[in-house]
Amino acid sequence: MDALTHFLFGKLTWSAIPYHEPILVVTFIVVALIGSSVLFAITRYRLWGYLWSEWFTSVDHKKIGIMYMVLGVIMLLRGFADAIMMRLQQAIAFNGSDGYLPSHHYDQIFTAHGVIMIFFVAMPMVTGMMNYIMPLQIGARDVSFPFLNNFSFWMTVSGAVIIMMSLFIGEFAKTGWLAYPPLSGIAYSPDVGVDYYIWGLQIAGIGTLLSGVNLICTIVKMRAPGMTLMRMPIFTWTALCTNILIVAAFPVLTAVLALLMLDRYVGMNFFTNDFGGNSMMYVNLIWIWGHPEVYILILPVFGIFSEVTSTFSGKRLFGYTSMVYATVVITILSYLVWLHHFFTMGSGASVNSFFGITTMVISIPTGAKIFNWLFTMYRGRIRFDLPMMWTVAFMITFVIGGMTGVLLAVPPVDFVLHNSLFLIAHFHNVIIGGVLFGLFAGMNFWFPKAFGFRLDPFWGKISFWFWVGGFYVAFMPLYVLGLMGVTRRLRVFDDPSLQVWFVIAACGAAMIAVGIGAFLMQLFVSIRNREALRDTTGDPWDGRTLEWSTSSPPPAYNFAFTPVVHDLDAWTDMKRHGYVRPEDGFIPIHMPKNTGTGVYLAGLSVALGFAMVWHIWWLAIVAFVGMIGVTIWHTFNYNRDYSIPAGEVSASENERTRLLGAGA
Amino acid sequence: MLLVIIPVLFLTVFFAWKYRQANREARYDPDWDHSTQLELVIWGAPLLIIIWLGALTWMGTHLLDPYRPIERIDSDTPVAAGTEPLEIEAVALDWKWLFIYPQYGVATVNEIAAPVDRPIRFRLTSSTVMNAFFIPALAGQIYAMPGMETKLHAVINEPGEFGGFSSNYSGAGYSGMKFEFHGVDSQAFDQWIAKVRGGEGTLDRAAYLELEKPSENAPVRYFGATDPSLFDDVVSMCVEPGKLCLRDIHGPHGSAQAAEAHGGEGHHSWAPPDALEYDKTTRRGGPMDAHGTNEAAMDHGSEEEH
Amino acid sequence: MHGTETDRRVFHVAEGPDHPPGHSTLLGFWIYLMSDSLIFAMLFATFGVLGANYAAGPTPADVFELPLVAVNTAMLLFSSITYGFAILAMQDDDNQRTQKWLMVTAAFGAAFVCIELYEFGSLIAEGAGPQRSAFLSSFFALVGTHGLHVTSGLVWIAVMVVQLRKHGLIEANRRRLLCLSMFWHFLDVVWIGVFTFVYLLGVMR
Repeated sequence: MDALTHFLFGKLTWSAIPYHEPILVVTFIVVALIGSSVLFAITRYRLWGYLWSEWFTSVDHKKIGIMYMVLGVIMLLRGFADAIMMRLQQAIAFNGSDGYLPSHHYDQIFTAHGVIMIFFVAMPMVTGMMNYIMPLQIGARDVSFPFLNNFSFWMTVSGAVIIMMSLFIGEFAKTGWLAYPPLSGIAYSPDVGVDYYIWGLQIAGIGTLLSGVNLICTIVKMRAPGMTLMRMPIFTWTALCTNILIVAAFPVLTAVLALLMLDRYVGMNFFTNDFGGNSMMYVNLIWIWGHPEVYILILPVFGIFSEVTSTFSGKRLFGYTSMVYATVVITILSYLVWLHHFFTMGSGASVNSFFGITTMVISIPTGAKIFNWLFTMYRGRIRFDLPMMWTVAFMITFVIGGMTGVLLAVPPVDFVLHNSLFLIAHFHNVIIGGVLFGLFAGMNFWFPKAFGFRLDPFWGKISFWFWVGGFYVAFMPLYVLGLMGVTRRLRVFDDPSLQVWFVIAACGAAMIAVGIGAFLMQLFVSIRNREALRDTTGDPWDGRTLEWSTSSPPPAYNFAFTPVVHDLDAWTDMKRHGYVRPEDGFIPIHMPKNTGTGVYLAGLSVALGFAMVWHIWWLAIVAFVGMIGVTIWHTFNYNRDYSIPAGEVSASENERTRLLGAGA
Repeated sequence: MLLVIIPVLFLTVFFAWKYRQANREARYDPDWDHSTQLELVIWGAPLLIIIWLGALTWMGTHLLDPYRPIERIDSDTPVAAGTEPLEIEAVALDWKWLFIYPQYGVATVNEIAAPVDRPIRFRLTSSTVMNAFFIPALAGQIYAMPGMETKLHAVINEPGEFGGFSSNYSGAGYSGMKFEFHGVDSQAFDQWIAKVRGGEGTLDRAAYLELEKPSENAPVRYFGATDPSLFDDVVSMCVEPGKLCLRDIHGPHGSAQAAEAHGGEGHHSWAPPDALEYDKTTRRGGPMDAHGTNEAAMDHGSEEEH
Repeated sequence: MHGTETDRRVFHVAEGPDHPPGHSTLLGFWIYLMSDSLIFAMLFATFGVLGANYAAGPTPADVFELPLVAVNTAMLLFSSITYGFAILAMQDDDNQRTQKWLMVTAAFGAAFVCIELYEFGSLIAEGAGPQRSAFLSSFFALVGTHGLHVTSGLVWIAVMVVQLRKHGLIEANRRRLLCLSMFWHFLDVVWIGVFTFVYLLGVMR
C-alpha cells in the first residue's frame, strides 16, 4: 500500500498542504473565493467559448499582448502581497519580538517576491508591450511566428502557475531569488521549494526565449517598405536590442538551472561542496544571465519613454541616432559587468576594478539618453497627460537610482554596501522608478489604441501620486538603513533605533498599495465610462508612429494596406503630407488561424513540472510523452492560414470611415 | 557625479515647467532634433567624469583591497617594523561564528577582540553555505565560502564595542548570526585572552563536529585550547574522521596523491566515494536515511519556530 | 496641418508585399540554433572549469576509450554527409531518394546514440558515473546534452519521413528539411568541439 501511494504520489503527502499555517489558509480561502466567483461568472455568462476561441487560442499578437499584461497585473498583486508582508514583519520584529512570520515562511516570501516581480510581473508586461506595439509600429500584420507567440505566452503562464502552486502545495524556495548553491543544493534545501523554483523558471524561460526569437525575426523581416533600420521607431529599436539580449542571455539561465537540477535530482556535483563541485561557478553563470536581464527589462521602457516624450512634447525625438547607438552600446556592455554583483567574493583588485569601471561606463550611454529626453522637451510644447507625468517622475527618480548605482559600482564602496538595504533601495529605485513607471506610462499611452477608449485620468492621477510618493517614502528609508549597515533578508532586529525607519518604509508600502488600488479603480471606472472616454480617431494623442494610423482597436489584420515609410516619424510625416486614407480597392488578407496547441502544451508542461517537483515519475513520463506527441501532431497540420475576404475588410474599413466622418 | 545629477534634476523641472503647453511664450520648434555641439557635451562630459572616476576606482580598489596586508594603521602612521599581525581564523557555521586565534591557541564563538592599532589578518571559510563576514566599523565585508579560504586585512583604530554579522543570507538562522567585536588596548586584550583560556576546554575535532550542528542565536562560548590544524581541515572539509582532504585531491595529480593518501585501495585505485562525501553526510542536522531525505533537516524549521 | 505640403508621396502599397508563410522560418531557426549553441557554450565552460576536478577519482586517461570515440565521431560525420545527399535529392525533386538518404542518416545517427549509450553504461559500471566527480558530472552533462539533441534529431527525421511520404516535397516540407539540415550539421559542429576539447585534450591533460 505504501509502495503504491509512493508510486502514485511521489513525495506528495497530506502534510504538504499547509493547513496549520493560518496566514496561508486565509490566503487560500480568499483566492479560492475570488477564483471560484470568477469561474462562476464566466460560466454564468457563457463566456468560456468566447474566451477560448477569441483569446486563449488566438495567435493575434494584439490579443496575446493584452493577455501578457493581464498576467502581469495579476502577478503584481501576488508579488506586492509578499512585499507588504515583509515590510510589516520588519516593522514589528524589534525589541525581542519575533514578528509574525517564522523564518520558514519569511524566507519563502522574500524569495517569491523577487522571483515573481522579475519573471512574472516585469517580464510579461514588457513582453506584452513589445508584442502589442512593435508589429503595429513597423506596419506588420502579425509577428513572424504567430503560433509560437501564443505558445510562448502560455509557457509563461505555465511557469506562473507552477510558482503559484507552491503557495498551497508544499513550499517555495527559501534561498533568495537567485538560489545560490550550496544553500539551494539538495543537502541544504532538501524540500521541494527549490524544485518549484527550477521548474517554474525553466518552463517560463522557454516561452521567453522563443518569444525573443520570434520578435527579432519580426523586426528583421517584416518592416514596412521604406522603414530602414535608422527609420525604425525608437521603441522598436529597444525591442530589437532587448530581444537580442533575451536570445543571448536566457540560454545561460536554462543551462545553469539545468545543472542545478542535475545536482538536486541525479546527485551530480556541479555546485556542491564535495567531489570537486564549485558553487562560485553558479554565481558567475547566473549573473551572466542576470545582468543582461536587468537591461532586458529597462531597454524597452527607455523606448516607451522616448515615444512618450516625443509625442507629448509635440517634437521629433532629439538625437535619434545617438539614442540608437546608446541602446546598442548598453546591449553590448551589459555582458561585461556581471561580476559587480559579487565584488566581495575575493576576485582580486584588478578584476574588481575592471568590472567596476565597465559598470560606470554604462552610465555614459544611459546619461546620454536622459539628456536626449531633456532636449526633446526643450523647445517643445509639453502636454502633461498621464504618460508624460510618469515620464517626468521617471527622469527624476531614475537619475537618483543611477547615481546610487554608480556609487555601488566602486568596489571599495561595494565592500561596505553590498547586500545592504542600500542595494535594495538602489535596485527598487531603478526597477520601480524605471521599469514600473515606464510600464504605467506605456499603459496610459497605448491603452486607447488597444481598446478604443482612454483611461480615466482622475484615478490615474491618484494612482500616479500614490505610487510616486509611496516609492519615495518606502525606499528612501532603506537607503538610510543601508548606510547604517543593515543587511537585506533579515527577519528580526536588535537595535531599536532602526525601527522608525522600517515603520516609515511600511507606510510607503501602504501608499503604494493605495496606488495599486487606484490603478485597478482606474481600469474599472474607465471600462464603466468607456463611452465618454471613447476615441474614434485612432490617434488620440497626435501620435507620431504607425500604430496611430490605424483604428483603435486595430482590426485583426492591423493595416488594410501595408504602409510605406518615408521618415522616422512615419505617421507625422503622413499627416503632414496630406495622406488620404484609402476607402476602396480592398483585397483579401492572409492571416494565421487560431490554434489550441499552445494551451495543450502549456497544460502538459504544468503537469510535467508538478510531477517533477514531487517525484511523481509516471505523471512526468506521461506529460513529457504527451508534449512530444502534441508537438508532432501539430506539425502534421499544414493548413494554418485563412483569408479574410475583401468584403469583410471593406466592411470594417467602411465602419472606420463612418466613425472618422462622424468625429470630424 | 553631482555635477551631472543636479543639472539634470534642475533641467527636468525647468524644461517641464517652461515648455508646458499653456506657456505660449516659450519657443516651439517641432523639427529641432539635432545639435552636434550638444551631443558632444552630453556624451563628452559624462565620459570625462567616468574617466576620472575610473582612475579613482582603479587606485582605490587596489589601495583598499581586502587581500592587501595593512601598511598603515591610519592615514599617517605606518605599521611599526616588526609588528606581527594578529591572526584570526573565522569559520561561518550554521548559524554562528567560530573564531580561532592560532597564535594564542584559543577559540571563541560569536565574540572576538583585537588590540587597537595592531593589524589583523583574517582567514575566512564556512562549513556549509556561503556567508559574508562583516564588521562595519572595522572593514568591508568578504564572503566566507565552504571548501575555500578568503582573506581580509584590517586594523581597528579606536577602542569600543562593535557589532559584526553575516551579511549574506544563509538560511533559517541567518538573522541571529551576530557577534561582538571588542576593540581594546593591548593590556585588556591580554586579559581577554586569559579569560578565553579559562573557558570550556579544548576545541578538538569531536567538539567541533558537535559545535558545527545547526543552532540559532547561539551564546558566546570560549575554548581554552584548540587543535592547531583545525582551520585548515575545515577549509579542506576533512575534520570528520575518514574524510579525504580537499587539499589532497585538487589539481591534475589529485587522484594519484589521494590514492596514495588513502592507501591505494579500490578497483582503479580511485578513492571510495564515501571518503569525499561532505554535504551528503554532514548536511544540516545529521546523516541521511536511505531515501535521501533528512529527517532532522526537514523538521528543523518547525523546531526553531517555538 | 493637413495638406500643407503636397508632394506626391505614396503611403501604402496597393498589393502589399505579402509575407508568405515561413518567410522568416530559416532566420528564426538559425537564431534558435545560436541560442542553443550558447547552452553548449555554457556546458563547455562548465567543463573547462570543472574538467580537472577529479576528486580522487578517474581521470580522462583512465576512462576514455579513444578508438570507440573515433568510431562514434565517424558515425556522426557520415550522417552529415548522407544528410547532404538527402538535400541534393530534394533539390532534384526526388522524394523517394530524399527519404532513403534520410533513413540512412537516421541509421548512422542511431548508431552514434547507441555507441554513446554503451560508453555511458560502461563508465557507470566501472564506477565512473556522473556522481563520482565534478569532472564526470560536467562530462556527462555536456556529452549527454549533445546526445539528447541527436536523439531529438532522430525523432524529427522519423516524423519528416512520414510527412514526406504523406505530402511529398511541398514548400513547407522543403523548408522543414532545410531547418533539420541546419540542426543536424549544427550537432556535428558541436561534436567536433566535444571530441577535440573533451576527449583529445582530456586524454592529453
